[in-house]
Amino acid sequence: MDFQLTEDQLALQSGLRSFCDDRYAFDRIAELEKAPIERARWSELAEMGVFSLRLPEAEGGVGLGMAEAVLVFAELARRVVPGPLLWSQLAAALVPGAATGETIVGGLDRWHESNEPLLIEYAEGIDTLLVLTRDGLHEVDARALSGTKVETPLDPLTPLTHVVHLPEWKRVAGPEQARQLRLEGTLLSAALQLGITEMTTELAVDYAKKREQFGRPIASFQAIKHFAADMHVRQEMARAVVYAAGATFDDPSVGDVERAVASARVVAGEAAMKNARTCVQIYGGMGYTWEMPPHYYLKRAFVLDNAFASGDDACETIAERIDA
Amino acid sequence: MDLRYTEADEKFRKELRAWLAAEVPKHPKPPPRHDWPARRVHDTGWQRKLFDAGYAGVNWPKEYGGRGATLTEELVYYEETARAHAPYIGMNFVGIRHGGPTVIAEGSELQKKQHLPRILRGEEVWCQGFSEPSAGSDLAALKTTAVRDGDHYVVNGHKIWTSFGQIADYCELLVRTNPDAPKHRGISWLIMPMDLPGIDVRPLPTLQGESDFAEMFLSDVRIPVEQLVGKEDDGWRITNVTLRFERGTAWAADIIELKEFLSDAARLAKKLTRDDATAWEDKTLRREIGHLAAEADALWALMKWQLSEIQKTGIPGLGGSALKLAFTELKQRVFELGTKLLGRAGLSRDDVASLPAEQILTQFLQSLSLTIAAGSSQVQRNIISERILGMPREPR
Repeated sequence: MDFQLTEDQLALQSGLRSFCDDRYAFDRIAELEKAPIERARWSELAEMGVFSLRLPEAEGGVGLGMAEAVLVFAELARRVVPGPLLWSQLAAALVPGAATGETIVGGLDRWHESNEPLLIEYAEGIDTLLVLTRDGLHEVDARALSGTKVETPLDPLTPLTHVVHLPEWKRVAGPEQARQLRLEGTLLSAALQLGITEMTTELAVDYAKKREQFGRPIASFQAIKHFAADMHVRQEMARAVVYAAGATFDDPSVGDVERAVASARVVAGEAAMKNARTCVQIYGGMGYTWEMPPHYYLKRAFVLDNAFASGDDACETIAERIDA
Repeated sequence: MDLRYTEADEKFRKELRAWLAAEVPKHPKPPPRHDWPARRVHDTGWQRKLFDAGYAGVNWPKEYGGRGATLTEELVYYEETARAHAPYIGMNFVGIRHGGPTVIAEGSELQKKQHLPRILRGEEVWCQGFSEPSAGSDLAALKTTAVRDGDHYVVNGHKIWTSFGQIADYCELLVRTNPDAPKHRGISWLIMPMDLPGIDVRPLPTLQGESDFAEMFLSDVRIPVEQLVGKEDDGWRITNVTLRFERGTAWAADIIELKEFLSDAARLAKKLTRDDATAWEDKTLRREIGHLAAEADALWALMKWQLSEIQKTGIPGLGGSALKLAFTELKQRVFELGTKLLGRAGLSRDDVASLPAEQILTQFLQSLSLTIAAGSSQVQRNIISERILGMPREPR
């Protein structure tokens, strides 16, 4: 057992971090708000291997596994990179052009088919919509989508369209693949939640060290320090469980994949929400302003909390498998 | 990121599992908690069996009686002993998890030879003499003095929370050897034989109603200078090494036991009737069990992460504080759920209507001590924020 990042994994992580720090720096966020998806930026992400990462080399991919994918997705979330990142990655082997970024693939999880309303993310920027149901995966030409654009989406970087009826679709995969894709989507969402958790911890700690009140940095007050310590603990737990789920996914001999993914989802989901909220609190009044970063993370955390299996779904999955 | 156990680990697991399956049922049930001599026989007897079978001190050096195996095998040991419901480490705790590892890290050759094999064979029981009435979280404020007189230290002071003080043969004792130095720099770490004149141990009943705790009054106790571990006045640093062991892999067995309990709780909930249905049909309760199990999984993953780190560096890092904080608080929530399952049956410390009240309440009450002992949760948060996150220190 060597449950640490390998040299290659560290290199992959730091490569992505430099890329995101540069291309998605916070001072460019206003640009992103105006156009959350833009083909040139999407191609760059494709060139970084974000979508083709897990595709075999023979099929033009990078040939890496889920252990690497969770690292990449955590990095993307640290800079709240917008766009249907999850669906385009999941579609890499399924929809032609998804891996290279030529086709921008969005998606809709209809596992719980009676749940309303149908809110489609990035409907105006995508080429293809994948719809996941318990019966399988279905492809929809995004141009055929008709609905009402939501004027004020919660996350300014995740535009939404309210659709009442989905257009004709083409079934592209069966129930087993749908289940598998949902499992992958849940794990990659947890990786994004890990990124939110990490970055909000860093932001809050840095801010607290700089912000002075009563003649000293607020980071010297125990009330703030204990908040920060709890954020750190949630981050360590989330990181360990998400990485473990990635490694278990790649090598199911080490554990129960479904339980590992569900645990990652529960712990990272809660960590993202709690840390983003604590980050707002530590920023104080500034945390309540649009111009400071915390709210973007909090809002993205809400989006992710509603992506693929919910925390409650995941708790049920674990409960079902607890004797296994 | 490799979570696989090696073939050697799996071979070790298979042998250990078979041995435990044969030996655990043969070992007698724990005696009543007030019966110290019987408890000693029970706890150290199990330790001796482990030693004879080659399972004592899995990660300790071979030359001192250990198995000399990897930390991963030690993890396998914890997994299997928890799974087999093997006897609890009991009064071997301080020697095996605390004093012993410190002697391995900091002791002289003579100290290693003298104590380590005897600890592993269950021939030496240790207790801890760290805290004092006015030195709790501020441990470095301790006042017990040790004044050099020829080849002895003459020790005077008052220690508290001295677990197993009544029965121990040796005490890991923190004393002030230099009253003029800053408080962290005048402390030394001694091994005190408990049969020396001048030691008065008085039991201190806990809220559990038992007396594992004691107070210890030391009056002119003459401790030979060879009993000093490491250098004089270097005891604070050594203590931090010890505490890191207590905050590090020492929790592995407990995390697995927590996971085991959550499975037991699920089984129990399926049998219990609540409001004309089984407790398990209560969605909120079921999800809470799932939620707690997810956190236990995360802790277990974090344990493996830290263990892999220790395999590289040789010593537990500061990360143990996060693990200790998370584990102890989770254990309280898990057993609080246990008390909810018991309902009114939890008003009895003894099992009622075949509900495991004794186990659940004992564990719940014991969990209250965990967020206080070995650095309270608040002290851990200070350590994390100051030493990991680099936030400014508390005024001290």
